[in-house]
Amino acid sequence: MSLHRKDFFGLRDLTADDIRYILSTAETMKYVLNQKNKKVPHLQGKSVIILFYGQSARAKLSYELAAQHLSANVVDMTNSVHSMEHENLQDMGQLIDQMGADFIILRHPMAGAAKLLADSVGASVINAGDGYNENPGQSLLDLLTIREQKGGFEGLKVAIIGDISHSRVSKSNIWGLTKLGAEVCVSGPPTLLPPKLDKFGVTVHYDAREAVNNADVILTTRMRLETQDYTCLPSLDEYKRFFRIDHNLLKYAKKDAIVMHPGPIQRGIEISDGVIDGPQCLINDQIANSVAVRMAMFYILSQMGGGLL
Amino acid sequence: MKTLMKNCKLVTDGFSAEKVYDILIEDNTIAKIGENLSDEDAKIVDIDQHTILPGFIDMHCNICEPGFENVEDIHTVSKSAARGGFTAITCEPNTKPVIDNKTVVEYIISKSALHGMVHIYPYGSMSMGCEGKAIAEIGEMYEAGIVGISDGDEFTDSAALLRNVMRYSKMFDLPIMTHCEDRSLSGEGVMNEGYMASCLGLVGMPREAEELQVARNLILAQNTGARLHIAHVSTAGSIEMIREAKARGISVTCETCPHYFSLTEEAVEDYNTLVKVNPPLRTQEDVNAVLEGIADGTIDVIASGHSPVGQTEKNRTFGQAAYGISGLETAFAISYTHLVETGIITMKRLSQLLSANPAAILNLREKGKIAEGMDADLVVVDCVEDYSIEAKHFASKAKYSPFEGMQVKGKVLHTVVDGRVLL
Repeated sequence: MSLHRKDFFGLRDLTADDIRYILSTAETMKYVLNQKNKKVPHLQGKSVIILFYGQSARAKLSYELAAQHLSANVVDMTNSVHSMEHENLQDMGQLIDQMGADFIILRHPMAGAAKLLADSVGASVINAGDGYNENPGQSLLDLLTIREQKGGFEGLKVAIIGDISHSRVSKSNIWGLTKLGAEVCVSGPPTLLPPKLDKFGVTVHYDAREAVNNADVILTTRMRLETQDYTCLPSLDEYKRFFRIDHNLLKYAKKDAIVMHPGPIQRGIEISDGVIDGPQCLINDQIANSVAVRMAMFYILSQMGGGLL
Repeated sequence: MKTLMKNCKLVTDGFSAEKVYDILIEDNTIAKIGENLSDEDAKIVDIDQHTILPGFIDMHCNICEPGFENVEDIHTVSKSAARGGFTAITCEPNTKPVIDNKTVVEYIISKSALHGMVHIYPYGSMSMGCEGKAIAEIGEMYEAGIVGISDGDEFTDSAALLRNVMRYSKMFDLPIMTHCEDRSLSGEGVMNEGYMASCLGLVGMPREAEELQVARNLILAQNTGARLHIAHVSTAGSIEMIREAKARGISVTCETCPHYFSLTEEAVEDYNTLVKVNPPLRTQEDVNAVLEGIADGTIDVIASGHSPVGQTEKNRTFGQAAYGISGLETAFAISYTHLVETGIITMKRLSQLLSANPAAILNLREKGKIAEGMDADLVVVDCVEDYSIEAKHFASKAKYSPFEGMQVKGKVLHTVVDGRVLL
């Protein structure tokens, strides 16, 4: 099967079959990446514009590498975008569109930005993170890592620990994991959990031990005090006392539980040093999968005809 | 160590009010209650058919240490508490430094264990420095032993902060105490706004200053599901809203203090600074509403509101004088005289307001009741003889009282903390 779509906004509007198809395609791409010559011709003659409103190292790098492996021309516009206040997003999209771009990779601080852009351009838009809404690329690489380790999602218990309100990848993961049949338990400071989370089909625990209990997978989030107002969390010190993934907390999970983090990680805050450097922590696997997943996303959109039709 | 309290009258469920009982205390626990008990090793204390109640628990008290030891300290406040029949008191967080981190919590708990005669349970602050801006380290303080969250009598202007404190505290099942005062309304006011303030030429605080925040906090509690406790309720409007909120199932409790059902704004006559308290004394209508709230169960707790200030802080013009009252040593007698002697409530109900209810709100599971296995925190009171309140004999450093010279009933004869007979 194939996904008939122009854009990728998030996992909310994908079906379980769609997600499985992307993950299988990503596995093929991993095979490609393991060859001596990683270059394949699928995006030859196509151009990819990286339009990032905000700083990012790893996401940008993985999209760039993915596009280049697929033989696309890549233009990074991050530095030429000074302020979103002076430049209307749709005008910017039109401009890129008129110059004949096939893909726009957009990261933007406002939720719904990718959708807004996609509606006004012919190019395929990939959401590389919109505000606190979704980050499908990061989520799909998490899902790929889980599938590689655990073989599937049915019957799996996944705990997501930390600041869910400000974590777009956690939102994407919740959409994806629940569709794929995993049991999802969420825990974090109550002030950092979006309201009505139970309606997403997940269970909410204020005690991290309950969420982690018997879990196969533990996903953590970035804790960024600067993105919050001062009434949500007293300090990272207090956060780590109750929610850090360390050996004490891991005791409640299954023996072969895996621990993941979207990076960049603050050692000793979200995850203890001992766990980060231990065998259960798969941060490096996640990074290794990031390029393959993005290649799969490009490939699938291009099959549909991505770009100027 | 064993103590046998002979000939006690009990108002507890399951015991006859007509009979006298003996209570055997082993170490810090009530070991046995029965008729004609004997134990050769026990020290005998004859209660002489007086009434014995579970020790009072004060939910609203300022101990002033650390930071204001010239006004009161852990030793004097606990002695004052014991005199008043309080076997456990809480500590508002507006000490100096503020109780906004575990170090101060640990200091108060360890100092209390060394120098305190009664149990002292600190509250942790909602906000750093009680400034109403950034949330305090509630989790770490919870682990250090706080029993509730409060910003003392500081303003909580920010509904966003309070709402997040309510959400955050759900991790720990702690009650959140709020002093309700909208400072844009209370402003420069120093007493209740109304006839007396107009007579005396003093600036008034309107009742809306309290009631607006009561309404706001009830709505926040409803939507967050947090355990709200409204401190020192003083107006008829506040009580009506709380009554209605309870009927709707909102998780709210509230307290009042003896001066809010025994005195009115009339007591400010002659600029009597001893009755300068915040919230201010209200009108007879409000006093009647407080009494009704106590009678029908809307009001859960009577707290002393002990908030000592130095004598020089009271020897000023009414406008300049400090807010505060020396409440621990008069709370029971004023409550007994105004509530039980008048037939408004029974002694059993008064005991709930002073012991069982505060114990339940503060999660003090071994306290607040007289039963085998419970902590031996007890008080013996004389409800027959009249006596006159004389503030100069207070153990508190704040040796003044608006009730000075008043003839009351309800003298505290003995206070027992952890099985030790203090008085």
